[in-house]
Amino acid sequence: MSAASKDIKVVNEKIVENATCTFCGCCCDDITLTVDMDKKVITKAKDACVLGKSWFLNHVIEDKPIARIAGKEVPLDDAINEAAKILMDAKFPILYGMSDTVCEAQRHCAPIMDDCGGTIDTTTSVCHGPSGMAFQGVGEPTMTLGEVKNRADFVMYWGGNPAEAHPRHFARYAVTPEGMYTPNGKDDRTVVIVDIRHTKTAGVSDIFLQLKPGKDFELLWMLRAACKGVDIPDDCKDICGVEKEVVEDLFQRMKNCNYGVIFFGMGLTMSRGRHFNSGALMALATDLNEFTHFVAKPARGHGNVTGADNVVSWQTGYPFGVNFSRGHPRFNPGEFTTVDTLSRKEADAALIIASDPVANFPKPAIDHITSDKCKLISIDTKNTPTSEAAHVSIQTSTYGINTGGTVYRMDDVPISLRPAFDSPFPSDLEVLTKLRKKVNELSKKANRPYATKKYM
Amino acid sequence: MNNEIRIINGIVFDPTNNIDGKVVDICIKDGKIVSEVSKSAKVIDAKGMAVMPGGVDIHCHITGPKVNLARKLMPEDHRLDPHFKTPNTQSGSGGIVPSTFATGYRYATLGYTTAMEAAVPPLTARHALEEMYDTPIIDNGFYVLLGNNLFLQSLIAEGRFAEFKEAVAWWLNATKAYTVKLVNPGGDEPWKGHKNLNVKSIDEDSKATDIAPRKVIEAFIDAVHELGLPHPPHIHCNNLGHSGNYDTTLETMKTAGDRRLHVAHIQFNSYAGEVGKPPKSASKEITDYVNEHQNITCDVGQVMFGKAMFMTADAPLTYLLRGYKKEKWVNADTECESGCGILPFDYQGMIYTHALQWAIGLEIFLLSKDPWRIVLSTDHPNGGSFANYPLVIKLLMDYEFRKVAMRSVNQKAMNSTILGELKREYTLNEICIITRAGPAKCLGLKDKGHLGVGADADVTIYDMLEDKEEMFNAPRYVMKSGQLLIADHEFVSDYTDKKVLRVAPDYDKEIEKVIKPFFDDFYSVNYQNYAIQDDYLHGLGKVIGTKKKNSIYEN
Amino acid sequence: MKGQLILIPGRSSKQGVGLNKGKLKEEYIRVTTTLELSFEDAQELGLETADIVKISNHIGETEVQVKVLKEGKLPIGYAFIPYGPPSSCLFDGETCGTGMPASKGMTIDVEFIKKGVKKKTALPPKTAVG
Repeated sequence: MSAASKDIKVVNEKIVENATCTFCGCCCDDITLTVDMDKKVITKAKDACVLGKSWFLNHVIEDKPIARIAGKEVPLDDAINEAAKILMDAKFPILYGMSDTVCEAQRHCAPIMDDCGGTIDTTTSVCHGPSGMAFQGVGEPTMTLGEVKNRADFVMYWGGNPAEAHPRHFARYAVTPEGMYTPNGKDDRTVVIVDIRHTKTAGVSDIFLQLKPGKDFELLWMLRAACKGVDIPDDCKDICGVEKEVVEDLFQRMKNCNYGVIFFGMGLTMSRGRHFNSGALMALATDLNEFTHFVAKPARGHGNVTGADNVVSWQTGYPFGVNFSRGHPRFNPGEFTTVDTLSRKEADAALIIASDPVANFPKPAIDHITSDKCKLISIDTKNTPTSEAAHVSIQTSTYGINTGGTVYRMDDVPISLRPAFDSPFPSDLEVLTKLRKKVNELSKKANRPYATKKYM
Repeated sequence: MNNEIRIINGIVFDPTNNIDGKVVDICIKDGKIVSEVSKSAKVIDAKGMAVMPGGVDIHCHITGPKVNLARKLMPEDHRLDPHFKTPNTQSGSGGIVPSTFATGYRYATLGYTTAMEAAVPPLTARHALEEMYDTPIIDNGFYVLLGNNLFLQSLIAEGRFAEFKEAVAWWLNATKAYTVKLVNPGGDEPWKGHKNLNVKSIDEDSKATDIAPRKVIEAFIDAVHELGLPHPPHIHCNNLGHSGNYDTTLETMKTAGDRRLHVAHIQFNSYAGEVGKPPKSASKEITDYVNEHQNITCDVGQVMFGKAMFMTADAPLTYLLRGYKKEKWVNADTECESGCGILPFDYQGMIYTHALQWAIGLEIFLLSKDPWRIVLSTDHPNGGSFANYPLVIKLLMDYEFRKVAMRSVNQKAMNSTILGELKREYTLNEICIITRAGPAKCLGLKDKGHLGVGADADVTIYDMLEDKEEMFNAPRYVMKSGQLLIADHEFVSDYTDKKVLRVAPDYDKEIEKVIKPFFDDFYSVNYQNYAIQDDYLHGLGKVIGTKKKNSIYEN
Repeated sequence: MKGQLILIPGRSSKQGVGLNKGKLKEEYIRVTTTLELSFEDAQELGLETADIVKISNHIGETEVQVKVLKEGKLPIGYAFIPYGPPSSCLFDGETCGTGMPASKGMTIDVEFIKKGVKKKTALPPKTAVG
């Protein structure tokens, strides 16, 4: 018996080479997956990091209904019809999430909201949304990650913890790889970490600056001033917790390197100052181009949030927080972003795609989205607090494991996925294609005057 | 469903087939122009209207990574120019860099049905293709940036021409591009690797470049010639935008010998004067050369006053221009392949240099003798939006209007040009050539730019108006592949079956063994994940044939 | 044994791993209910690893388990917690016109509830050497 089952196992083993892990924004595309096609599980994920391994190896096809309305199993089309009807009938429908799915599916989201006059927002708004706003204000010198590997001799991480959030970032792109002009890997680079905590990331640094919490802007502005010839102030230590001499030395290194890069994390965007912090950092990188080639890049996170950003931008002109109620896209963070539309109790229907606000959002927002004032529709691959709280819940297959498509790496490089095995669940693309069609039908039927509706 | 259309009573302009303003019927069936249709065909009465093939934009920047960065950069600009939803079309944002939906619809409302994206780095070509799928109506293709590709440059430097040619063919296939684009060849390495320097001469063989730009240009002209691509290398010359650069432009064109070369937005490369000082016009020197050399084609890159957006792979130039106003600026380096600079800009009539650039563009149009080799473009959005095309047409067709326009701009600039003396007025037939028939011919698109039997039924019908800007701003009817999209100035349907035009020259598979090790060492994506699958064409790809030659001497 | 600290929620690799196993599973819940304190603050408050404390502010309150870090890992007066439902209980919905709630650096009260069971995962992490 055991010998027989072993034979079957050998026959049904499948190897997927050059697969891409979509867990963090690194999108490592060199993973070799071993798939047990009988059990429909991935048994090995060679070269994946701790996060990647847990992403691939924990994926099982769960025994669950594809679609549920109010907790009861229904055919998929019924759920889609119900969802479309909810969105069309709502006064202020919102669509949020999109980070954990492929661009092909994301492309249907803005048109759905266009048709029902709703609001679209992605997880960008609670991630690097402030960096997006800063970008609109000051621009950004930036690069693809291969440039860092090939050229960067000065690498800085500011307010981020890649050792835990992007574990292979050091080895594949920024610290240890041997590139064209960095043949000795780490020996050719100066690695600087700026953080308020001594994280795992700090362990790899040549220089670690432990900043006073909330003083990022102050230090950034000192460095900007230094670019214009202003001395670092004597009370530098009192202001931001770092010795004057250390900052002076840092500035000299930034100025004199050949190719400098700063990666920055949510330590900047989530703390006091938000977009001013990211803006100051991008402006600093711009200023440093007076002396040398200098670039910066937000170390963007989870899944395909960078793709969501790109898709919404090319379809509407704005990266997140876009409202269609007047018949054309309008952008206003703070007004059309999801934390706000929920916390202010404005949204009366929410389509949540591949994300989990019920677990991560501020309490007032969670209170509203789970209340009977807001009809919740969830499209997700896993059971989450959001999918469990939803009125209409649709379970889909997982991108990069069950379905192909495109994801964008944190540096805007698009990569195609190589799925490992089939899933009985429909793909996000399939569900959203159907939903878009249904919403479009209803919207044509409703025949509303587009420029005068609902929320004004 | 009957898919036949007969357009009657229209005044037809079809320069390719020598029809210049004659009343003839145009028949359409199954998306193509045919000689006859049945009696049940839908009839469009175009009495008193001009019937032309759909416009072809040979050089614009409308899809891809840099375009999207520029879009994200300009919320304040989108806000001023919303693009409303209609029952048949989707909403979007306008401004100098419109959203994808708005871009497609707005090209259609000018009567354009084909537009070629002029610069896409290979690494992010997927992005460009994805955006094309979301750009409705117009057929697209793109030119892939290979001029600063480090792998290809090292093959040239080592004199391995045969392998170089195969590698170029591999890259064209891997990215699904239409032709090769060279931007400031040799300029990326000093910019990225030597603290923001640039090359200054096409014969500069400094430590920073390793290889002189001329060698790169020559190699690409030869390779594309031998591969027999429908369109030659599309070049953005070195020293673009600098005073005194016309020499570089002439040298670049001479490098081509008698082989074909397309010089992009040539206006930006037609400046006399000294480097670092205000430019003077060298339109005469440039057009003299172009007029005498049948192998050279170009688009003008007309500057129009108002908003613009620099968006170019020529990163050092953008940084230089940023120095003037310290506007928000984006630089985006692509590993081993390209640079990119983005900068919002404003051309003002009262500024000497801007007024002169405007005049130089018009001079080039008016001095050139062969309209088939000079194409209307604004290098959208670098010289201004494509929405300016009708105004450019009016400037070319109306000498009196030109004189009035000249009075309202910097007089010092006007006095230093010969624009006022050029009384030539373009005819409708010539306009039809520089906006349709000519670019289609330059691109080697045999099915476009004309209304002969077998052509794609991309047809535009304009009311014949005295004011040519008004006329070209709003066609009464637009058809794409035989489908009526605009009737009486309104969208009556959406069209999504657009094509992505590309080439697929044969290559020796052995070349992959030469390319792969370079990827393993210096790229951040896996070689196996680099080439773009056919899925990305969404079944909309169309391969334009290539005619392989055995040597550079064969024509 | 009650005091005020500033809370910094963030990502950790354990939280990421737990997330993949499932948000309704035990590991994720355990990781996201672990509050890291600086050595000095723990002494001041008389807390040690595995203690159960109540953390609260004007938005809400939740119970979490304490993990005391080595000296110098966290600035005095600050506490760290991986993102998850417990940290969400304390976020304010105000975004100051950005869409981003102030999810780093909110003032919280910490109050001892009871002694907890020490687990292997509650040991301070090794310093990564790369």
